[in-house]
Amino acid sequence: MSDGLIRLEGIHFSYPGRPPVLCGLDFAVAAGQRWALTGANGAGKTTLFHLMVGLLAPAAGRVVAFGRERRGERDFHDVRARVGLLFQDSDDQLFCPTVAEDIAFGPLNLGRSPAEARRLAAATLDRVGLAGFGDRVTHRLSGGEKRLVALATVLAMEPEILLLDEPSNGLDDDARRRLLAVLADLPQAMVIISHDDGLLSRLACRRAHLNGGRVMV
Amino acid sequence: MSILTLPPAAAGSLIARLNPCTRVVAAFAFALAAAAGGGLAAPVAGLALALLLAGLARLAPGRVLRRLLALEGFMAMLLLVLPFTVSGTPLFTVAGLTASAEGVRQALSIALKANAVAVAALALLGTMDMVTLGRALARLGLPDRFVTLFLFTVRYIDVLHEQYGRLRLAMRARAFRPSAGLHTWRSIGWLVGMLLVGSLERSERIHAAMRLRGFTGRFPRLDGQPAGALDWGFGAAHAAWLGAMVLLGLP
Repeated sequence: MSDGLIRLEGIHFSYPGRPPVLCGLDFAVAAGQRWALTGANGAGKTTLFHLMVGLLAPAAGRVVAFGRERRGERDFHDVRARVGLLFQDSDDQLFCPTVAEDIAFGPLNLGRSPAEARRLAAATLDRVGLAGFGDRVTHRLSGGEKRLVALATVLAMEPEILLLDEPSNGLDDDARRRLLAVLADLPQAMVIISHDDGLLSRLACRRAHLNGGRVMV
Repeated sequence: MSILTLPPAAAGSLIARLNPCTRVVAAFAFALAAAAGGGLAAPVAGLALALLLAGLARLAPGRVLRRLLALEGFMAMLLLVLPFTVSGTPLFTVAGLTASAEGVRQALSIALKANAVAVAALALLGTMDMVTLGRALARLGLPDRFVTLFLFTVRYIDVLHEQYGRLRLAMRARAFRPSAGLHTWRSIGWLVGMLLVGSLERSERIHAAMRLRGFTGRFPRLDGQPAGALDWGFGAAHAAWLGAMVLLGLP
């Protein structure tokens, strides 16, 4: 056994009625590793993330997470608590009326008490540099604030791996800098999908390129 | 600019300081009591209470009148027809149709009641933002599913409206001008279809994001404030007035 957090073996996947996206893909993330995941549009980068957290199921191959093979929806419940996925569009991720409620949603689902969840929300907001934003209404935040709040909702679940899907996409220089500073200080293992070379060279130490349905390291 | 943005209740007004649950219950009780009474005395008492509430909420009279005008437009038909369709003591005749005194009284009573309820709702609920209203409904024991639908509507109607705006802008940028032709109907159809498909896909992404955070169908909720002395005091006074209104309306 390796000390891998998540390992994908021989993954095949295709969307109905379309050519295969992934064919025999192998990929593994170990503690402390920070991967840059690159590839053309439609190469299957986001699909790979969704397979890692069980939102999609592979046609063939194995997903091994935290030492156990995961197959059905039920197997992935505890994986999702330990793997944080940041979506491309923060509007997809923030659905609660206020920022504090959105951040508290995950911890409450994990069985924390409302008081603990509230405390955790405030602490996490502080960590992403948005202290005092708890009572703000989510859909009235700026794009950069939405991204940081979305990151806070993920961090509040205290994940061991972060999967970041185009984290700097659509952000202005200032928002991008703030996000980079927050991400650079995090201890988690990461896989980052991005076309932003500056961000990748600052955060990632390994490169994986997705091409022809496989990962080239 | 959000289409859901309401001008906030004048901060510090008595109504704004009440617990949202108190306001919802008060509005509901008002509507019931107003609907119950017959005659003209009870609706007049109701309108007086509604105006008092509007004063307590520091509503701007101009805004209230504009909203009421929309209601009047809706009710005009009923109010015009009712005197002629209710039989009773003849009062006057227009073009061979006879208006009855009973009909006029009924029309007047309905107009008073409807306006009283509308003013009271504007004062008690119209000054509350939608999210607060949703939470109050949840704390009052409305089914989770209903409250969830309501809050999601509030959250995403803006996103959909913006998407609609962007698509409309894109159409205009390519010189689209609505006219009566087939081309217009087809284009509008595509616009609506695109919005539906986009919304469906977005809802799937949101559901995925929720599952990733451990959502299994039940909504956890952060606690709200309990009712205070002000709420009990207001509630008692409100209930007393409503009770008197109902007594006035008894035949």
